[in-house]
Amino acid sequence: MNIVVCVKQVPDTTEVRIDPVTGTLVREGIPSIINPDDKGGLEAALVLKEKVGARVTVLSMGPPQADLALREALAMGADEAILLSDARFGGADTWATSSTLAAALRKLEWDLVICGRQAIDGDTAQVGPQVAEHLGVPQVSYASELSLEADGKAVVVKRVFEDGYQRVRAKLPCLVTALKDMNTPRYMSVAGVFDAYKAEIKIWKLEDLDVDPANIGLKGSPTRVKKSYTKGTKSAGKVYEVDPKEGARIIVENLKERFII
Amino acid sequence: MDISGYKGVMVFAEQRRGQVQKIAYELLGMGRGIADSLEEPLVAVLVGAGLTDAQAAELVYHGADKVVLVDHPELAVYMTEPYTKALVAAIEAFKPGIGFVGATTIGRDLAPRVSARVKTGLTADCTSLEVEDGTRNLMMTRPAFGGNIMATIICPEHRPQMSTVRPGVMRKLERDPSRTGEIVRLPVEILPEDKNVEILEVVVEKAAKKNIEEATVLVSGGRGLGNAENFNRLHVLADELGGLVSASRAVVDAGWAGADRQVGQTGKTVRPDLYIACGISGMIQHIAGMEDSEFIVAVNKNAGAPIFEYADLGIVTDVNKLVPALAEELRAAKAER
Repeated sequence: MNIVVCVKQVPDTTEVRIDPVTGTLVREGIPSIINPDDKGGLEAALVLKEKVGARVTVLSMGPPQADLALREALAMGADEAILLSDARFGGADTWATSSTLAAALRKLEWDLVICGRQAIDGDTAQVGPQVAEHLGVPQVSYASELSLEADGKAVVVKRVFEDGYQRVRAKLPCLVTALKDMNTPRYMSVAGVFDAYKAEIKIWKLEDLDVDPANIGLKGSPTRVKKSYTKGTKSAGKVYEVDPKEGARIIVENLKERFII
Repeated sequence: MDISGYKGVMVFAEQRRGQVQKIAYELLGMGRGIADSLEEPLVAVLVGAGLTDAQAAELVYHGADKVVLVDHPELAVYMTEPYTKALVAAIEAFKPGIGFVGATTIGRDLAPRVSARVKTGLTADCTSLEVEDGTRNLMMTRPAFGGNIMATIICPEHRPQMSTVRPGVMRKLERDPSRTGEIVRLPVEILPEDKNVEILEVVVEKAAKKNIEEATVLVSGGRGLGNAENFNRLHVLADELGGLVSASRAVVDAGWAGADRQVGQTGKTVRPDLYIACGISGMIQHIAGMEDSEFIVAVNKNAGAPIFEYADLGIVTDVNKLVPALAEELRAAKAER
């Protein structure tokens, strides 16, 4: 069985700078991690690898330094890593990102694609379902459990909703989006770290993909950032710097005035 | 694409187990304003099995000019591909300029699939939507990049301009049974190849805990409380006020509280009568989920914390000492009456 896990390198702080010209995020200089939902998906893939002998490929799109996230994935136990890195992929919204990832997936052999539900820097939860649509395969999003059926032809997924869950059976090939709570990702092994730093990360550029250049990058993105700004504040209320007892008294007084208590 | 033929605002009216969800009415409330400013119709699309004209009429009473019923036995329970087919059929038939879907777990599964199929942009979790003068483009504003920044997104050359909006962000209109609208049924064919996912089991979990979105008072804790034990002490205060305890993302990430308690961009949007932020610094991602609260009290030992810029009343002090003092003060105030 072949599994491809799509991972995104995300800033691990909330420290953010934006490019004043394009209005997009400047990623340089911010410490980065594997996006938590993606890491949950990677762990789920590695569990399947142990159980049924799957081959796990990690796929990412990003700047050259996103190779660090892929090396971490290799050190955890992934077999192969591919980075889609080309200035022409840059500035992509979710539509163009998913179109680029789908083009790479068309070049690979796989039975199952796992994406994280959403990335912590954008929180859109769009790329997984959009990749599935571009590839024309079924999707199961918000997965909190994942197992392979005995015949190896379908996965059974616990799919979470606000008010309960469904247990569904999806025929392979399909795409699943994973929640970080579905497991506790393993640490990198010492030998794995050593090997991962020597490992080859395949870099694919636009020329390596069979994709219409009109469907990638900023140019292939239906949406544009018109403006971005730090949020304005409403007029702040009164602030008192007092001891806790006095603070409690002031709060109660205010709540009484407003008939809240 | 030629966008000139696309007119009107389309709202996906989500139903579960035949019950139209509150988010549908909230989207209609917001969509009504947009449709009015464009002077274009507001269309609701209801997808399901055994849909009634009475359900459609409710959508009209809440603002829709037209209700499209996509009714098929295979559409009883939400499934990605059949529902995608249904909503795409409605988009192709009525060519709306704008499409709104609730940012529920269903909407966040459906909307990206639909946007990929019709090749249009999708902006997630918008907190403000308005029409730009002149261009008549939809300006879709959302917290972005970890919530530090608000970004206004446009989709100038593709239609419909799609966005998702989280439950609780928009207000529904007062029900008006004198409103009239058109009800149309749109046939759709669901083929075996549209059903690649088989539902083995559906489990509806009754929310054991009360939902924080429904609370009138929330006592909310942040990382500034220091540890889980201090966080748990907030329950005493919440009980005293007849409210519930909610939390910032940092607290949920630290495991002091469950994800169902999280307020903010990636959590829930709340607007209680009273919101007491205890040891919450006030990242925009948190503010986005609570700023519409009626009265906001912030307690933090750091006078420079951004939360004070949003609070109606701020107390700079040791929050862990204030919490028990406030509970006691409230007891005393009640005893006086």
